[in-house]
Amino acid sequence: MTALGVRGPVRIRREHAAVLVTFGLLVAMFAAGSIVYPGFGSGQVVVDLFIDNGFLLVIAIGMTFVILTGGIDLSVGAVAALSAMLCAFLLEQWHWPVAAVLPLVLLVGIGFGFGMGYVIHHFEIQPFIATLAGMFLARGLCFVISIDQISISNPFFTEWAQTRIPLGEETNVTPTVLIGLAVLAVAFVTLHYTRFGRAVYAIGGNAQSALLMGLPVARTRIGAYMVSGLCSSLGGLLFAFYTISASGLHEVGTELDAIAAVVIGGTLLTGGSGYVVGTALGVMLLGTIQTILRFQGTLSSWWTRIAIGVLLLLFILLQRLLGSSRTRR
Amino acid sequence: MKAVIGHRLFWPAAVLVVMLLANVVVTPGFFSIQVRNGHLYGSLIDILLLGSPLMLVALGMTVVIATGGIDLSVGAVVAISGALACYLISGQEDQGAVSGVLVAVALALVLSAVLGFWNGLFVARVGIQPIIATLILMVAGRGVAQLITSGKNINVNSPPYKLIGGGYWLTLPFAVIVVAVVVALTGLAVRRTALGMLLEAIGGNAEASRLVGIRSRRLIVLAYTFCGLCAGIAGLMISSNIATADGNNAGLWMELDAILAVVIGGTALTGGRFTLAGTVLGALVIQTLSTTIYTTGIPPQVTLVFKAVVVAIVCLIQSPAFRAKVFRRRARPAAPPPASPAAADVEVNA
Repeated sequence: MTALGVRGPVRIRREHAAVLVTFGLLVAMFAAGSIVYPGFGSGQVVVDLFIDNGFLLVIAIGMTFVILTGGIDLSVGAVAALSAMLCAFLLEQWHWPVAAVLPLVLLVGIGFGFGMGYVIHHFEIQPFIATLAGMFLARGLCFVISIDQISISNPFFTEWAQTRIPLGEETNVTPTVLIGLAVLAVAFVTLHYTRFGRAVYAIGGNAQSALLMGLPVARTRIGAYMVSGLCSSLGGLLFAFYTISASGLHEVGTELDAIAAVVIGGTLLTGGSGYVVGTALGVMLLGTIQTILRFQGTLSSWWTRIAIGVLLLLFILLQRLLGSSRTRR
Repeated sequence: MKAVIGHRLFWPAAVLVVMLLANVVVTPGFFSIQVRNGHLYGSLIDILLLGSPLMLVALGMTVVIATGGIDLSVGAVVAISGALACYLISGQEDQGAVSGVLVAVALALVLSAVLGFWNGLFVARVGIQPIIATLILMVAGRGVAQLITSGKNINVNSPPYKLIGGGYWLTLPFAVIVVAVVVALTGLAVRRTALGMLLEAIGGNAEASRLVGIRSRRLIVLAYTFCGLCAGIAGLMISSNIATADGNNAGLWMELDAILAVVIGGTALTGGRFTLAGTVLGALVIQTLSTTIYTTGIPPQVTLVFKAVVVAIVCLIQSPAFRAKVFRRRARPAAPPPASPAAADVEVNA
């Protein structure tokens, strides 16, 4: 029931507390970084967090929808890679216009989400297995398109990659950041102010009750996977804008980062409780760790993985301490 | 006929047979097994040898899934175990010394079991969902493996170590013998004692089984420890076979393959009834698929597409809801799908 009381009086509830802790840790880490490393505390570093992790933010937002319904989507990284690959192939090999390619690619992402959601809901295949098959299929199709990396020389992409929107005197943002923030805003409004969003929370809380209440369980659950597919696809395109290339080896393991960001952001993997804002904070926290490691210079890249693991551990224990009767399935 | 098709091992076995027959059509000499230098050679032996690590990992995974859990960290444990063993062996003066190799192997296996134990503690004692509890080690573990190898590949030149994953013993690949022994021992432990039934009881309802006096927490910890140990042995095999510890790529996506093998074998991810024989069949299906792709000359990366198709087919066929909706459409369109795979409850022997 806690999830449904979103507009209730503001008290520190469990899910609020988790988001607040994430926010506090983010601020603390950033403050520590600013004190230790000169130049860390500049506005551009904050903006770079968004620039470097914009695609992950978009993917993790889609993942939040699926996890809120109590499911999981392992296919996000593969669908993102496939979207970028398809886009690069259609632009470079077949010379399709950008205006036709981008919508088509997003449709493919939605299609993947629909297929997996349909199988999960109507044939009662576990989300883990169905999206695993989706992940294999998407990753394999990348290599069917091309084994090698494809560079994108389309002017729309190259110009986009260089576009900087000035923000104040010394900071610039890329269009990717704006898209990421727009997706965040749309997701927030969808989850909290639409019937679809309410139904997502209700299904995650208890699918049986939701069904008995007359909520459109099938439409909502499949819809959540379609949102995730769309976000993955969009994330893949943003990544292609960022690197101006596409490869079947891109974004391997993104699904783990996305799930980690969602969990660190305070969303329960059992569904029904969590905020998309928390997810955004989780993505920023992962980004901050990487930035600190980059400023530190001597620590090797594998410490990122270990640090994310430790963070996951802390947050999971924290969620346990904050107490939720639904943490066990 | 109905009894045969209704048998829970029918579909995985049928898929395996179909794939093997398809191979014979493409490569006529596929089934031939020769004896060279006292060793058995042939495509079938290759499939067994290359599939050994997956069979072991999937075996441990089956036990964990039987308790209603899941272990995502096995791929990371595979990497850590191989990394530690190779690190220890490469530091020895005489890499060929049997005693040194035994110490390295023992330490690697102990570490793997400890990692499994850690997972088990989180699931059983702290009460965290298995998928999250093991996600921690999945994310951090690969970092740990790279930490052990300092991010490089460690090459070892040690004949005793090479035996584990690439050697032969009594004309058979040593790894296959290890798998056979582990499967046989596990089968005896779960089917000739009450252990298997207790595990299934926990998977069916952990709280109820605790109330009837089963020490479910202890058994759950045991299951995860066993899973870690199996992954550890698999890690030794993989690193031994290529004589290299690769912290980055060893066991990559192995947890997914192992879970697939379990599901293809007919064990439901929801816990409860499990079948070890099905899991072995499932692992062989996946390995045969990979081998088939390699022999037909399709780029190996494209294997994933075929894997996706096989997963989809096997899972859909085994899904009661799918069968109810597609095969019995004319019976009664409004009939609700059966809630449990009751038809599959006929045979439970491993």
